[in-house]
Amino acid sequence: MIEGILIGLQTALSFKNLMMVMIGCFSGTIIGMLPGLGPMTAIALMIPITYGFDPSTGLILMAGVYYGAVFGGSTSSILINAPGVPGTVATSFDGYPMAQQGKAGKALAIAAYSSFAGGTISAIFLLIAAPSLSLVSLSFRSPDYFGLMILGLTAVAAFSSKGNFLKAMMMVVLGLMLASVGQDTLSDIPRFTFDNMNLSDGISFVLVVMATFAMSEALTIIFKANDPTKAAKQISLSQLGSIKLDKDETKKMVTTIPRSSVLGFIIGVLPGAGATIASFLAYGMERNFVNDEEKQKFGKGSVNGIAAPETANNAACSGSFVPLLTLGIPGSGTTAVMLGALLGFGIQPGPRLYQTNPEIFWSVIMSMYIGMVVLLILNLPLIPYIARVLATPRTFLIPLILFFSLTGVYLMSFNNFDIYMMIGIAVVATVLRLYDFPMPPLILAFVLGGLMEENLRRSLLISDGSWSFMWDRPLTIVIMLTIIFIVGWQIYKSFFKKKL
Amino acid sequence: MKISPSKLISLLFFVFSGYYLYTAYQIQVFAFDENAPFNAKTFPIYLGFAGLVFSALYIILPETNPTNVDLKVLDYKKTIGLVILMILYGLTILRAGYFLSTSIFLVASYIILGERKWIWIFILSFPFVAIFMYLLHGLLNIYLRDPFLKYIGIMG
Repeated sequence: MIEGILIGLQTALSFKNLMMVMIGCFSGTIIGMLPGLGPMTAIALMIPITYGFDPSTGLILMAGVYYGAVFGGSTSSILINAPGVPGTVATSFDGYPMAQQGKAGKALAIAAYSSFAGGTISAIFLLIAAPSLSLVSLSFRSPDYFGLMILGLTAVAAFSSKGNFLKAMMMVVLGLMLASVGQDTLSDIPRFTFDNMNLSDGISFVLVVMATFAMSEALTIIFKANDPTKAAKQISLSQLGSIKLDKDETKKMVTTIPRSSVLGFIIGVLPGAGATIASFLAYGMERNFVNDEEKQKFGKGSVNGIAAPETANNAACSGSFVPLLTLGIPGSGTTAVMLGALLGFGIQPGPRLYQTNPEIFWSVIMSMYIGMVVLLILNLPLIPYIARVLATPRTFLIPLILFFSLTGVYLMSFNNFDIYMMIGIAVVATVLRLYDFPMPPLILAFVLGGLMEENLRRSLLISDGSWSFMWDRPLTIVIMLTIIFIVGWQIYKSFFKKKL
Repeated sequence: MKISPSKLISLLFFVFSGYYLYTAYQIQVFAFDENAPFNAKTFPIYLGFAGLVFSALYIILPETNPTNVDLKVLDYKKTIGLVILMILYGLTILRAGYFLSTSIFLVASYIILGERKWIWIFILSFPFVAIFMYLLHGLLNIYLRDPFLKYIGIMG
């Protein structure tokens, strides 16, 4: 393991990769700050650029963007009470009230230190957990992988559906349908291509991500007549206050951070849960842990109330990399985008990544830690200035997002068919978003579609067409039972709980 | 009978799944693969059925958490304007080249969205695209075919 860490450090600390972490964190912070534009959009916009790099550099850039976007989300939560990402909603409960008391600088500092500490502790967990889980996952077989993929899709659908599980499941099926377009991987038989050569290689992953996130988010902002930058225009550099923390505040953070890190990391590892649930659970847990006097301060600018969700959401980000790096199965929409990018580089994540491409495996883990340092020493002091950049009017912002999306897709194929298809998918996605049909399950399903079919194919061929592979092994049974539990719980929650 | 927009979307998805399933059955597989436990159309057929089941459930079951959207506040004009502009961009990019079509696309989108600061409109279009193209060529070695720049002798 030490050798691996050194390889990772050597790769991550090269001048080029350090620059990428900085660029990633910086641009991620800017994009993440904009309400509505989260890490998935930020990463999606970066994908076409990363294809010019080697896989390690590309992944390091995307990991930096991911952390930067989460940090940027916290900033807008605190400064303008408009969380850039769902994972930072809990931060606004106490961050914004503290900012209103003239202590925005302090709230930002608490968020930054907590994020750093949460990220650091969880990076250590990741260092320990990922190789061990890689070894364990070598014993997984096709039926287990197939089951895990269904579990991941069901869990993401359950957690991102806002009570509309069936809507999320329709999006899962739509994602899998889009993934089935193109030649069959084994027999090369064309499917759903309608004799169109442009469809024979299938629909590009970048196209679908750009269309469903970057482009459709931009269109949604215009369609709903929102102005995400309006509140940012009111930010004054002089109102932020000091970023220095006193002894009492530091003491409170010292007790909060370890427990929130552990909770965040565990939640992050679970498929579908991610930073949003981790931050809410950490906020709730912290409220139960503190004394009555401190409990009264919750919602009014409590230090613990900012530190807990911030620590947990960063720890969950690291945790979400565990299933991606060790099983090759992303547990969230954001890591699904990263999996798509990895596959684009010709790398198949999974238990063997640890052995076949140790430099990628370890450099990503090490760059996460470097990313945390960059966020702390570079982005925190620059926040007032970055926040001013956000005052860019939407009349310029939206066309520029559309420009990057269109260019990104054009650079992949150099034909206009992909542009038309992207516009079509983006328009459909905009309408679907309007009626709360969630997009993360669609992306996850699109990325997993090929792998899922492959594992189902192997499982059915091994069992000679019988579906008994689903209960032949204890591990597969456990996975299937978990899926049944999630589906059952969702049905109960949707149709019975309210009536009782 | 009034049907909610979400149910209408589910109904459309039901029809789409039915068409997908029909097309899945039409996939031509090799003769020796026809009765295999798994062939090129097996997975799409399962997906078609899954789509039918989930959309039918949504249509049949009562909506527990309906989404209400005030259609009057939506900005159709600007959104449709941008979509048309993107289609026009797709139509012109191969003929006019990246530089000209992208710059004009940006200028037109700023104007559609109501921007009237002409200096910024200019800076964030033609010079911006030129710098972006230079970065693509210089840093990422990505060559963008551009008939317009070739015609005026800037690109080889």
